[in-house]
Amino acid sequence: MAKKIRIRIKINGVDRDAEVEPRLLLVHFIRDILGLTGTHVGCDTTNCGACTVLLGGKPVKSCTVFAVQADEQEIRTIEVVADHGKLHPLQEGFKEEHGLQCGFCTPGMIMAAQALLERNPHPTEQEIRWGISGNLCRCTGYQNIVKAVQYAASKMA
Amino acid sequence: MGHSVKRKEDQRFVQGKGTYVDDVRLPGMAYGQMIRSPYAHARIVAIRTEEAKKLAGVLAVITGEDLEKAGLAWMPTLFHDRQMVLATGKVLFQSQEVAFVVAEDRYAAADAAELIEVEYEELPVLVDPHRALDADAPILRDDREEKTNHIFHWEVGNRQATDRELQNAPVRAKVDAVFQRCHPAPLETCGCVADYNSATGRLTVWETSQAPHAHRTLFALVAGIPENNIRIIAPDIGGGFGNKVPIYPGYVCAVVASLQLGRPVKWIETRSENLQSTGFARDYHMTAEVAAERDGKVKALRVRTLADHGAFNAAAQPSKYPAGLFSICTGSYDFSTAFCEVDGVYTNKAPGGIAYRCSFRVTEAAYLIERVMDVLAAELQMDPVELRRKNFIPSEKFPYQSPLGWTYDSGDYHAAMNLALEKIGYHELRREQEEKRKRGELMGIGVSSFTEIVGAGPAHSFDIVGIKMFDSCEIRVHPTGKAIARMGTKAQGQGHETTFAQIVAQELGIPVADITVEEGDTDTAPYGLGTYASRSTPTAGAATAMASRKIREKAKKIAGHLLEVSEEDLEWEPGRFYVKGAPGKAKTIQEIAFAAYTNVPPGLEAGLEAVHYYDPPNLTFPFGTYVCVVDIDRGTGEVKVRRFVAVDDCGNIINPMIVDGQIHGGLTEGLAIAFMQEIAYDESGNVQGGTFMDYLVPTAVETPNWETDKTCTPSPHHPLGAKGVGESPNVGSPAAFVNAVVDALSHLGVRHIDMPITPWKVWQILKEKGVAE
Repeated sequence: MAKKIRIRIKINGVDRDAEVEPRLLLVHFIRDILGLTGTHVGCDTTNCGACTVLLGGKPVKSCTVFAVQADEQEIRTIEVVADHGKLHPLQEGFKEEHGLQCGFCTPGMIMAAQALLERNPHPTEQEIRWGISGNLCRCTGYQNIVKAVQYAASKMA
Repeated sequence: MGHSVKRKEDQRFVQGKGTYVDDVRLPGMAYGQMIRSPYAHARIVAIRTEEAKKLAGVLAVITGEDLEKAGLAWMPTLFHDRQMVLATGKVLFQSQEVAFVVAEDRYAAADAAELIEVEYEELPVLVDPHRALDADAPILRDDREEKTNHIFHWEVGNRQATDRELQNAPVRAKVDAVFQRCHPAPLETCGCVADYNSATGRLTVWETSQAPHAHRTLFALVAGIPENNIRIIAPDIGGGFGNKVPIYPGYVCAVVASLQLGRPVKWIETRSENLQSTGFARDYHMTAEVAAERDGKVKALRVRTLADHGAFNAAAQPSKYPAGLFSICTGSYDFSTAFCEVDGVYTNKAPGGIAYRCSFRVTEAAYLIERVMDVLAAELQMDPVELRRKNFIPSEKFPYQSPLGWTYDSGDYHAAMNLALEKIGYHELRREQEEKRKRGELMGIGVSSFTEIVGAGPAHSFDIVGIKMFDSCEIRVHPTGKAIARMGTKAQGQGHETTFAQIVAQELGIPVADITVEEGDTDTAPYGLGTYASRSTPTAGAATAMASRKIREKAKKIAGHLLEVSEEDLEWEPGRFYVKGAPGKAKTIQEIAFAAYTNVPPGLEAGLEAVHYYDPPNLTFPFGTYVCVVDIDRGTGEVKVRRFVAVDDCGNIINPMIVDGQIHGGLTEGLAIAFMQEIAYDESGNVQGGTFMDYLVPTAVETPNWETDKTCTPSPHHPLGAKGVGESPNVGSPAAFVNAVVDALSHLGVRHIDMPITPWKVWQILKEKGVAE
């Protein structure tokens, strides 16, 4: 076992200090050490995007980032998207437009969509489709996810 | 019923507050990891575990030999076979489970797995199912008495009459079609947390299970643990599609480890483990032949199939049907006679034959008949739509007795076809195609008019490992008029928490918001066979309606007591009983519920609850017509789905929003199967589709917008007239995609292309036909 390294990560607005093995994956830091289980693991190989979180405002697949790489940075996960129980327009959109079924891809999908809307508040359908193309869904066929993002975009306009 | 009620389950899912198996964390929990075979067929010479055991944090290493001592080295599959939990003697497929290591955390378990050394001696590998019965083929299952790779022969129908018709037919059409090995690949892999409490003797297993009760019974029977001491909890499940019906070696190993250590043990598959070792689907090598008159009227259908089941027959299907419901292969057409035979064989591949978003081999059947109908149309130079219309089972013939023994409950195939063609503008598309052909452009239109058979099933014919395929619902109405309803099914994204609440709401007039639906906990839910084969609405949905009606019966007695009238004087309208002729004199269901606990009529039991076990009198037969338009790039071989219209008829609909969602998802899975996915093996038995890098899942970019519509032909025997829908799009769509591509190339003499229709495959055809750019 390699020597542990001290890291400090601001996660969902709170500074968290930890000593971790250099090989610890960010997703395991988030899920197993911090207990934030909204971020899921679907493929272990950066294909599916279920583990998407925002690292310094950019979407990353946390199954392929080491926790130590996030040292001194800021992370946002699905748990911070709602504001004290009030759903974010994206979360509302997923609900209203039936943008989810089993819910397993949903947190990663919402994080990817949030990053998209932050850089492009008025995306076209094609831009939405490309914006979430790093995130796989096996249930919905994406059609209603696209509508959910459109719902949020118009609500946030 | 019939309302697009927003889903109750979404509130937690959109906030990341669902509880999937990997989210379960218990004090003292250890982690298990599987060690798997790199070879497809090899003798195990030795397994050396000493180094692994010495590693800090390692708690146990379990091998097949250890399990053998406990009588658990093998377990029964869900279909008349047995399967190794951990290999003893030899391995039979790549990625087979060989040893299980348990450690304090996932990283230590992974380290320990690296230190386990397994010495193998390679054996000759059998990959091609067509070679399985050759004299020089290695016999794979030397544990069986029968020294052959042949598993079963199954046949149904009239062989002689069918042969005769084919011999004498003025027109014959034939297709050899392989429905390739696929994998359901739900986004959440399989896994469990096993927690044996030595103080109470109770075993609790959180498990990715589509059928928790059946799993409990099997754990009791196989491991000898009293069934009352086993609790299976299927929490939120991240998609199933049939993948989570069987019991997998990882579950058994986690249970054994927990029993041994007295600590909870978690085991979660990686994606590669999921794709390479758990229940695959299809792998049907089929031939269909149709006899027809010159005018296109079909007479007879003959189907021969070779089924590759891999190393163990781990199909999860009703015990009397070795090829599932494959004999629905006469489809939507009025054949006078038919014959179907299937032979199953073993190969050195992962075990399975599970029903991937399909009611047991119905997808294969629908694909085959819809394909051969197009081949026949080409043979006759007839429009495939005209051929289908000529041969549809007429609506006045329902209930229809099929030549292979099914009684179709209801159908109006012309109506679905007409609506689909009108929506897509079929005749304009044909004109456009003609124009394009003149210019050398490749465009195709594919039609699939499928009939499904779902909702297994009636107890007289349907059981899984002996347990009849009823399903159940228990409803308790609380004193304040709120209710909880539990079923023997288990949703994996289907939205039961909403749709089943809608059924109770419709039957009892209690608002949807006041009804909690709970599934998946065997300690609390009534016994049922689970969710797969589009059976939830046909069975548990029906049970929910029936249990609600039982409550209404009792509520009527209480209402009569409260209103001081006899029951005969009461009328029901949703939510209340009122006195005939005096609608103002009424008691609401909430008032009645309160009285059930506070003011019960003399002679009546207190409480307001009911349970119903529903044995369906027949299966249901959803159907539809799908039309697909494709354009083919002559430079790259790429097929672009320009439009896809899906007209479904699933009888009465509970929640249209959820039905459309199911159809979008199923079509997307069909698209993947038609164009991208295959679990292939090389000649050494190395799996070629073992990660998401080579087993492709479509993204939002490749997936088109689906156009949906409905016709409605209620099931005459279901209490709500519903039929089930989750699988129709996956059953009906592959043929529509393939028919469209073949149609685009039919003028070049192309009659069939096996899936997956990759750009490379298409480009090779274009090149061969001299039309590649």
